Amino acid sequence: MINSLDENKLKFLEEKANEIRRLIIETLVEAGSGHSAGPLGMADIFSALYFHILKFDPRNPFWDERDRLVLSNGHICPVQYVTMALAGYFSIEELKTLRKINTRLQGHPHRAVLPGIENTSGPLGEGISQAIGMAIAAKLDKKDYHIYCITSDGEHQEGNTWEAYMFLGKNQLDNLTIIIDRNYIQIDGITENVMPLEPLKQKLESFGLHVLEVDGHNIRAFIDAINEARSEWKRTSVIIAYTIPGKGVSFMEKKFEWHGKPPDKEEAKKALDELRTLGGKIESEHQ
Amino acid sequence: MLNLELKLNPKIFEEVEQKPIRDGYGDALIEAGEKNHNIVVLTADLAESTRAHKFAARFPERFIECGVSEQNMAGIAAGLAVSGKISFISSYATFSPGKNWETIRTTIIYNNANVKIAGHHSGIVTGPDGATHQATEDIAIMRCLPNVRVISPCDYWEAKKATLYSVEEYGPFYLRYVRDKTPVITTEETPFRFGKIEKFWISKNENAEIAIMATGHLVYQALLAAKELEEEGIDVYVLNVHTIKPLDEEKILEVANKVKGIVTLEDHQINGGMGSAIAEVIVQKSENKPKMIFLGLQNTFGESGKPDELIKKYGMDKEAVKNAVKKLLTF
Ligand SMILES: Cc1ncc(C[n+]2csc(CCOP(=O)(O)OP(=O)(O)O)c2C)c(N)n1
Ligand SMILES: [Mg+2]
Repeated sequence: MINSLDENKLKFLEEKANEIRRLIIETLVEAGSGHSAGPLGMADIFSALYFHILKFDPRNPFWDERDRLVLSNGHICPVQYVTMALAGYFSIEELKTLRKINTRLQGHPHRAVLPGIENTSGPLGEGISQAIGMAIAAKLDKKDYHIYCITSDGEHQEGNTWEAYMFLGKNQLDNLTIIIDRNYIQIDGITENVMPLEPLKQKLESFGLHVLEVDGHNIRAFIDAINEARSEWKRTSVIIAYTIPGKGVSFMEKKFEWHGKPPDKEEAKKALDELRTLGGKIESEHQ
Repeated sequence: MLNLELKLNPKIFEEVEQKPIRDGYGDALIEAGEKNHNIVVLTADLAESTRAHKFAARFPERFIECGVSEQNMAGIAAGLAVSGKISFISSYATFSPGKNWETIRTTIIYNNANVKIAGHHSGIVTGPDGATHQATEDIAIMRCLPNVRVISPCDYWEAKKATLYSVEEYGPFYLRYVRDKTPVITTEETPFRFGKIEKFWISKNENAEIAIMATGHLVYQALLAAKELEEEGIDVYVLNVHTIKPLDEEKILEVANKVKGIVTLEDHQINGGMGSAIAEVIVQKSENKPKMIFLGLQNTFGESGKPDELIKKYGMDKEAVKNAVKKLLTF
């Protein structure tokens, strides 16, 4: 079970999330291309995962007993790279190489070059299946590490996602937890205009999954949800995390136009100013 | 020297205009859509970056947004096509025809449905997104199929003309487009002859010993190499291979019987790509067997980086071409 969360730790995680957001902005400006909205929206969850939930050792990234974090929507990798750097996998300096030639920080994450990345991704809809494979392997080897899979809402338009859910309905792997970044945007617009996903919760439940809903910016609530998911031992849990794309940078929030572009220097300055003022306080707008 | 009969861009070696090949697709769709009301355009959450968004704005009733579902999109396109429509499916080539290849094979190609598959973000020049988004096997996986025509245009104009041409001929087409701006090699007046390989660079006395056969945006690198080689006193031909299937066997055999070496150049894996297609013809049908050097991805994936850095690192730039030509001359 995950350690309980005292006020100090919560504050620490919130401040980390803010640091993650600032580094995302700095890293993207330097890269000159890449995705802004998704990564900013997932900063709180990444803070909670890497600094409270996941079991790992950055000096020994292939440690057998580590928890596995499968990022299915690979395009939000800036949030993962930044968090990994803060967690000690590599230097903050290396973030400057994002998307540049000869880098380990590929535009979409590549397992073969960066220890700590569990799966190569970018093409959507492929993560849950791989996470299922890892969960089955853990059972076969009688290992008790946990597999977490992050997937986006846009990915739920891929048939493969539902093939994987159908498999889980049959096989119910309790060592796998799926986290959906439900931010309501994709490239061509609002998900409900492009290709509606609702009622998402009911769809997932009808596949036999244990579904939880949480405000993805409320770190305490998210950790509680993970605990609830992990105490469910008969079914695979799916946490629908409601997030705000671009969270923390007012002019990016809820705008699908920020799906796949980086801020320019001017915009970055504005964003960093806002984030500095915000400190560790992300107000929960879903509550 | 440049083959002026083809009305190529005379400013090609000066400050050459740059324009994205994918814009040729977008502009052609509007033109074709205006004339032919049976044209429908589909996308899988990539309207703008495949340049289908202009068609979407102009003809919203004939534009179909499928969401992120490439297999579904291919099947819907096939259904539309066997009901009298001409479908264009627009996505990145790694996903369509990559992810949905078998659906395309059965419902579009074997089924002989009138669907045009627009594969965008082809080649390593897709750049910073990295190898997952750089389509470098699409020529191979499409040209191996019977009953499909495969076109890889060299610039904006050729892309536009090829797209328009695909409407004129019934049946499945695969069209390969590039994301970034690339040099405009041809002009609006340059003839587009489907199925024909054209000599873009000719040798003064028609007695060059080496031919460079290139496809897509790299034709420009081949021309740069030819010009610099000419300055060094080395004569070559540069041939633009826009139609990879059906291949212009006659032209290949004519060239193969004259030269001692052929360099092939493509922003694609050398395994199974355009070079392989040319070699298949030469090995099976040519009297003379010139030595060949294949330039392209040498059995490796690409990576993130800027387009010009990447074509240099992976040996597809003019220097690589010049070196290959010189090597062939020593045999
Ligand atoms: C198979 C596949 N098809 C298309 C794409 C192009 N693509 C990249 S991100 C994206 C939008 C997906 O929506 P979501 O993940 O919800 O985006 P976000 O919330 O991060 O903006 C698309 C269509 C892809 N990466 N993979
Ligand atoms: Mg989304």
